[in-house]
Amino acid sequence: MKINLQHKQAAHCENGVTSNLLHFYNIPLSEPMVFGIGAGLFFSHMPFIKLNFIPVTSFRPLPGFIFKRVTRRLGIKTKRFKYSNPQQAMNEMDLLLEKGIPVGMLVGVFYLSYFPQEFRFHFNAHNLVVFGKENNTYFISDPVMENVETLTYDELAKVRFAKGTYPPKGRMYYISEVPEKIDLKGAIVKGIKQASKDMLTIPIPMFGVKGIRFMAKRLKRWPEKLGEKKAALYLGQVIRMLEEIGTGGAGFRFIYAAFLQEAAGVLEQPWLLEVSKEMTIVGDKWREFAYLAARTFKKRGTETATYEQLSELLMIIANQEEEIFKKLKKISL
Amino acid sequence: MKIKDVPQDDDGFLQEGKVRDLCYAIDEDGNYKQVLSIGWNPKNEAMKLALQLVDEQVENTKQAVIEGKLSPLAYYMEKNMMDVKLLSQYTGIPKRKIRKHLNPNVFFKLKPSLIEQYAKIFNLSIQDLLNIESVKISKPFNEE
Repeated sequence: MKINLQHKQAAHCENGVTSNLLHFYNIPLSEPMVFGIGAGLFFSHMPFIKLNFIPVTSFRPLPGFIFKRVTRRLGIKTKRFKYSNPQQAMNEMDLLLEKGIPVGMLVGVFYLSYFPQEFRFHFNAHNLVVFGKENNTYFISDPVMENVETLTYDELAKVRFAKGTYPPKGRMYYISEVPEKIDLKGAIVKGIKQASKDMLTIPIPMFGVKGIRFMAKRLKRWPEKLGEKKAALYLGQVIRMLEEIGTGGAGFRFIYAAFLQEAAGVLEQPWLLEVSKEMTIVGDKWREFAYLAARTFKKRGTETATYEQLSELLMIIANQEEEIFKKLKKISL
Repeated sequence: MKIKDVPQDDDGFLQEGKVRDLCYAIDEDGNYKQVLSIGWNPKNEAMKLALQLVDEQVENTKQAVIEGKLSPLAYYMEKNMMDVKLLSQYTGIPKRKIRKHLNPNVFFKLKPSLIEQYAKIFNLSIQDLLNIESVKISKPFNEE
């Protein structure tokens, strides 16, 4: 049995899952639209939370937020579950599939058999949709993959119950009720307001624009504090989080710029096109940062001066993003 | 980023038709479009750096296993990028016991059921897990 879900690739897994599920229920929102309404653009640098022994730098809100916000803002009802027993988690998923309901879920990528070996780290915030089962094999719409993939029962159970930091615990979600009319304009405005708020006003220095400055200040001191080798490693990790499959710094800015472009049309507010251009410029700055950082860590940080340059570049980025979100904050219908 | 600037730096990580990075870039008229990328050097370098680090640790442990200082369990734990805590979460075997099993004298005398529990997590056969020759021929991630 295979549910008639159209698999479409996306830049970011949670955008993709949300967009693919919405399409199934005849709400054709693009990936950038989902990303914007879900306020997927974020920044946090948390030196005390470590993943594979390296501080966490993240360019996204917590897993699940995009789906939750988008559906809530469009008045769509959803159900979400979490399990302690793998068998129960699989049984309940099977029952949903039999009813013809595609199911979104969180998985760890380490045991994800169709993923390229090099990408299989212990990372537990990946999203995919299961949309059918034949014998012992499930059909998987994984937004980072170009085509539909399959997993066996055991493989799927294993990735749904991956262990380590943020274990997924079989978390799954689906759309249970769709309203007759959705308020797209209102949802876009709410999404923009939220992203602006998150980037500008969280009163803790690790988040949003302040978080970028916080990392900039710390990064400058990495070579003297950590030694060249470890500094290079920390920097490499930032770039991986910045630009790895399914996450992204520059990539996210470009998706957001695409969203603003689309939003300008829907809301009939052409000023958003200008902000979109500014966002594209910041995205290019993030790319420059990644480029410079890669040169630095490749040499294992023999030129410590470049850490200063990197830090300065981040400060410029933070200032530009602050300007952008100050403008966006004022949005109304 | 313009469409013509979308990087296509193939370093063997991504694969056309299977998995490529989907990027958003602007066309001649400034409109955003989706473009697939086979890779970008800074990302590829970051990936290599991370794998290199894993390889260094794995190589050290490999030597210790060959010299009989550590059990093959230590090697496969490193190879799977796990620490004792994570391995304990996956197997349900207490951390204290896993630490003991890193000792070859203890490990090779373990009950088959315990060996099987470990083998399952590493996707290995019991024979391979117990055979030091398999450790010797195992390849690093950054095969260049």
